[in-house]
Amino acid sequence: MSERTPLGRVRGYGAAKEGVGHWWAQRLTSIALVPLILWLALSLLSLPALDHATVSAWMSAPGRALLLILLVSIAAWHSQLGVQVVIEDYVHGAGMKVLALVVSSFAHVVIAAAGVLAVLSVSLRSAT
Amino acid sequence: MPDRPLSPHLTIYKMSRYSLLSSFSNRLAGLAASAGFVLLVDWLVAAARGPQAYARTAGALSTPLAKGVFAVLLLAVVYHLLAGIRHLVWDTGRGLERAQSRRSAWLIAVLTLILTLALAYWAFVARAGGA
Repeated sequence: MSERTPLGRVRGYGAAKEGVGHWWAQRLTSIALVPLILWLALSLLSLPALDHATVSAWMSAPGRALLLILLVSIAAWHSQLGVQVVIEDYVHGAGMKVLALVVSSFAHVVIAAAGVLAVLSVSLRSAT
Repeated sequence: MPDRPLSPHLTIYKMSRYSLLSSFSNRLAGLAASAGFVLLVDWLVAAARGPQAYARTAGALSTPLAKGVFAVLLLAVVYHLLAGIRHLVWDTGRGLERAQSRRSAWLIAVLTLILTLALAYWAFVARAGGA
């Protein structure tokens, strides 16, 4: 049972009840990113060269493609959550704030989709 | 947007020099890591577009300026990773005492420096001609 007054509810004041979800997603994505980032750094550093043939052969192995897709998606999600907080804190004025949040969200989805598509296309091309 | 009440932050907590510095630098490092993430995706897309597009991107990424940017982004990612682990430890309720948090601030600063130098050495010197 809510202790808020009907007037307060109508005006929309009070906590949005979304804070815990944001906090939790930020934690989960950060836990997932620790091994993924370490894997990426060590893998790239162990490659004999970074030319196109070596890199695409490396990317196309199914296990690595899976890890890369996970890395790209989770990093984009984590980045979106972090940039959102920075915008909320430093961009003032309701209009600008909403605009910046929308642009950031769209940009993150586009970048994540582009990264996943890139990994898939290299991986599937070499499979045929 | 309605003026919702915010969780207590700068107006409630008195931040020490250390907490202010490490909180701010972790945010800054996170933003830099986001920029690095865009470069990573750019590189993946170049690999998908074929050898010519890849050679162009790899060329653009191997200029001295790009290597400098890469070194800064590497520093940021390493710092953000370590500071993030510090936050995860804090979330378990450990290490929150003032003296402990000062110690961990110094610890991750030193570890960041060592790890960044080691990774940069590996990337730029040990495997010369790689990129």
